Amino acid sequence: MPEHGFTRREFLKWATAATAVTEFSQAFLPRVARALQQAVKEYPLIWMQASACSGCSVSVINTIHPSIKNLILDQILPGHQLFLNYHSTLMAATGKLSTDTALETARKHKGKFIYILEGAIPTLDDGIYGTLGEEDGRQITMLEWVRRLAPDALAVLAAGTCAAYGGVACAKPNPSGAKGVGEVLKSYSIATPVVNIPGCPCHPDWFIGTVARVLLYGLPKPEELDEYRRLKAYFGRTVHNRCIYRDYMDEGIFATQFGEPGCLLEIGCKGPFTYADCPVRQWNSGVNFCINANAPCMGCTEPGFPDAHSPLYQRR
Amino acid sequence: MKTRVMVDPVTRIEGHLRVEAVVEDGVVVEARAGGTLYRGFEQILEGRDPLDAVQLTQRFCGVCPTAHAVASSQCLDNALGIMPPDNGRIMRNLIQGANYIQSHVLHFYHLAALDFVRGPDFPPFIPRYEADYRLPKSTSDAIVSHYVQALHIRLKAHEMSAVFSGKMPHCASVVPGGVTVTPTVDKVTTFLWRLKELSDFVNNVYIPDVMTVAEVYREYAEVGVGPKNFLSYGAFDLDNEPDVTKRKRFFPMGRVTGGRFEKVDPARITEDIASAWYSSPTHLAPAAGVTTPNPKKAAGYTWLKAPRYANAVYEVGPAARAMVAVVGGGHPAHVDALNAALAQLRLRPEHLASVLGRHLARAVETRVMADAMADWVLQIKLDQPVATPFTMPEQARGVGLWDASRGALGHWVAIKNRLIERYQAVVPTTWNASPHDDRGQPGAIEQALVGAPVKDPENPFSLVRIVRSFDPCIACAVHLLTPRGELLKKLTVS
Repeated sequence: MPEHGFTRREFLKWATAATAVTEFSQAFLPRVARALQQAVKEYPLIWMQASACSGCSVSVINTIHPSIKNLILDQILPGHQLFLNYHSTLMAATGKLSTDTALETARKHKGKFIYILEGAIPTLDDGIYGTLGEEDGRQITMLEWVRRLAPDALAVLAAGTCAAYGGVACAKPNPSGAKGVGEVLKSYSIATPVVNIPGCPCHPDWFIGTVARVLLYGLPKPEELDEYRRLKAYFGRTVHNRCIYRDYMDEGIFATQFGEPGCLLEIGCKGPFTYADCPVRQWNSGVNFCINANAPCMGCTEPGFPDAHSPLYQRR
Repeated sequence: MKTRVMVDPVTRIEGHLRVEAVVEDGVVVEARAGGTLYRGFEQILEGRDPLDAVQLTQRFCGVCPTAHAVASSQCLDNALGIMPPDNGRIMRNLIQGANYIQSHVLHFYHLAALDFVRGPDFPPFIPRYEADYRLPKSTSDAIVSHYVQALHIRLKAHEMSAVFSGKMPHCASVVPGGVTVTPTVDKVTTFLWRLKELSDFVNNVYIPDVMTVAEVYREYAEVGVGPKNFLSYGAFDLDNEPDVTKRKRFFPMGRVTGGRFEKVDPARITEDIASAWYSSPTHLAPAAGVTTPNPKKAAGYTWLKAPRYANAVYEVGPAARAMVAVVGGGHPAHVDALNAALAQLRLRPEHLASVLGRHLARAVETRVMADAMADWVLQIKLDQPVATPFTMPEQARGVGLWDASRGALGHWVAIKNRLIERYQAVVPTTWNASPHDDRGQPGAIEQALVGAPVKDPENPFSLVRIVRSFDPCIACAVHLLTPRGELLKKLTVS
């Protein structure tokens, strides 16, 4: 081990020693230490960004319980450790060293690694509109990465609406011929199971919950997913049915200008057609969510986002 | 002997970037930076409701969506002929300011620090280039522990932004005319408490860590210099003056070239495509472009255009804002903090244009921003309007110029039949990571790479240190060009 290196155990030790700066519960610590000495189930993870804005990665690191430290540095669940072998925004490696890591992970953990995709996959002109790394002087398209890695993955998780259904990347006229991951796999007859975690971005709880579902109980049963392959636990009821502004609607108070109090239906709220638990879950550690800020729901968790919901600020 | 060094992908930045350098006798003699993802956003915007631009342009980038929200809203304010009320102006500043903190803390600790500090020995910290890690183990360990703390701090910064924006990333409440959110005393209170926690971190951890790194990597104050021209559109409106070039801003609008302060005339901006995968006419104003994609173009190596100001290459970002403030007279708090930090490191203002200078400028502005926000949030008047009403005109043109955390960001719109006829954005990373232009002038990052030492082509850590000091955001930069040979209408910048 290099002079300045840490083992994971050392890292935890001093990271938690600075308790003033971490949220790590003291009561939980001995259990983690014990778990580290016992067998911890390890899950290699490859997270690739295709036609994406990184918003879903940025959103996922807003997780509070588990903390992002739990997620990327120790255990996402007690006894369950993710190994973030490839994530281009977070990993230390760069260049060929990084892409070799992805290939090595897929080879070494064939059938066992989790493949997370963020962003839609450009397919026009063999996917030349999006590349990642090169091989023998040739740029590798994201389409090729998906075709190479997805067949050997335990599961593919599509993080965010772009990866799940195309989203903003596929908005008309879809200049790069981008597609959602499920559609791409289907067109190449790749049978690896796909679970969608939509949202623009996806909520950290939806992401963590979907991963935890796979780690603790295996892949979701068909009846746990809706027709768009997302967990009903999060996407089973409409925003409208649990809206905090239902009283405005019942009283016939409708906002007609930005900043007015009232139900937001007349300025474009898509809550009635949008399946997500935002009104009860809220965003950013529960400080707010769109409607609570008087901003109409855009329906960002739906396969039709954004085209089917445009104009965004007009009643559908 | 010449060696070709290829770094593809450059990780720990936003998006897809490759860097190719020609190394001769251990020094970079030529460099090329290329964006490797194309999305075609402007084309997506054509024909849509102009109001939708504020939401859709945020999807350029999940790291800096607030900057696009504000630039797009100001672009539409300009087209609609309205200005937000004080509350709308202030809350936009707070939403953006909180995200400056988020973005800068994330950049230093989670994107750049591992270039200078050895991380733990497990993924995602391994594998890595074995750089010349110089800090003593105890200091290095402390900074890596701050990596964890900073994850928590940037999350808090997002919460602050969401207090007024509804959610982050991709804020909901920023709209033409102002914001939608109703300010309440609990929002003001919770914002202030979170801000205090962030300020403590910035003052007691972030700035000292940057200073510590700067002391042991001192020669990086002379490495990665770049074009020595600096452009800032300015940010954080302090009054409601409709003319953006006259509006009072916390970070002022301006240029520094040849060591002198100059004003900004947006009409002097053009974009070249000699090295980009397009075959359309070149050297056009951003709002009058004609664009034909050609991914097989022999001279092309990127999806990024090359924006130029009066044909010159400019650097944008925190160092440019710092230079404009120091040379042209910025906010006293900003200027004083910069001079104090430079003096402590025995550096001069010209060192701001360097790997260390960029990290320093970023940290210093984070601190002065945080201090300013504590005043701004108390200027909110709970019983006053948050947005100015408007009706969409049949036809209009607008421009929004605003500094994102990464630098000068411009949005241009033309409205016809109450729909978007044309939308164009020129973003910070298009300036910094631009390719060679029509005159053969390399872009800012490309220039910064030339002269960099590379001892081992297999381990080019010095190159990624330079590239990352600019905090490139490729998702923002590659939305720009319109594919498939469509002839676009001409638009004059208003």
